[in-house]
Amino acid sequence: MSTKNFLFVNRKAPYGTVYALESLEVVLISAAFEQNVSLAFIDDGVYQITKGQNSKGIGMKNFSPTFRALGDYDITKLYVSTESLAERGLTVDDLMELTYEDADDDYAEKPSIILVNREEMAAMMAEQEVILSF
Amino acid sequence: MSMLHIVNKSPFERVAFASCLAHANAGDSILMIEDAVVGAVDGSSFSDKVKAAMSDKTVYVLGADLAARGLEGKAMEGIVSVDYAGFVDLTANNDTTQSWL
Repeated sequence: MSTKNFLFVNRKAPYGTVYALESLEVVLISAAFEQNVSLAFIDDGVYQITKGQNSKGIGMKNFSPTFRALGDYDITKLYVSTESLAERGLTVDDLMELTYEDADDDYAEKPSIILVNREEMAAMMAEQEVILSF
Repeated sequence: MSMLHIVNKSPFERVAFASCLAHANAGDSILMIEDAVVGAVDGSSFSDKVKAAMSDKTVYVLGADLAARGLEGKAMEGIVSVDYAGFVDLTANNDTTQSWL
């Protein structure tokens, strides 16, 4: 089976709509097919990976811990828009510490989150073969 | 690698269209469909952003959606109107498509 560059673009906040959860489901499915998967978090999508989420009061499952598992599925590139963070009064310190173990580097723990500006995000998008938007 | 960006939300209600313009690369194509066609109207608070994009990208609008909203003839100069067959051609002639939902 051929391997392609897959990008999942996440632009919506979690819980208010089902987009964020559905995106994560499809990301995990794509990992099972051993594709080269990247994720982008733009606009309200950055709210999906804030730390300290507690959804008990709204009766919905907090699915943010699932993002921590992505590294085990070799999904190690989570591009986050610096402009989107800044517009929302957030910094990288407000995000979960998402990491992966690099099998090519003695399983050293490395950050999965890659902060990029709009130009860098656009250049990364141009390298993709399949883009799925949520 | 050329990309077709498809937008379907009004730029006056959602940021999707503005985000699309901010992330599209030179040489890409942008197609307005459904509610996004209101972004084709000249003289709006959004039209300068579309005009700036047209300097190095090609901007298309689905004519049927423009006509449905009574906006034919109000589109800014340089925007290319396409029919459904033209929509299909755009998807076929670009390497990838990205929908800005």
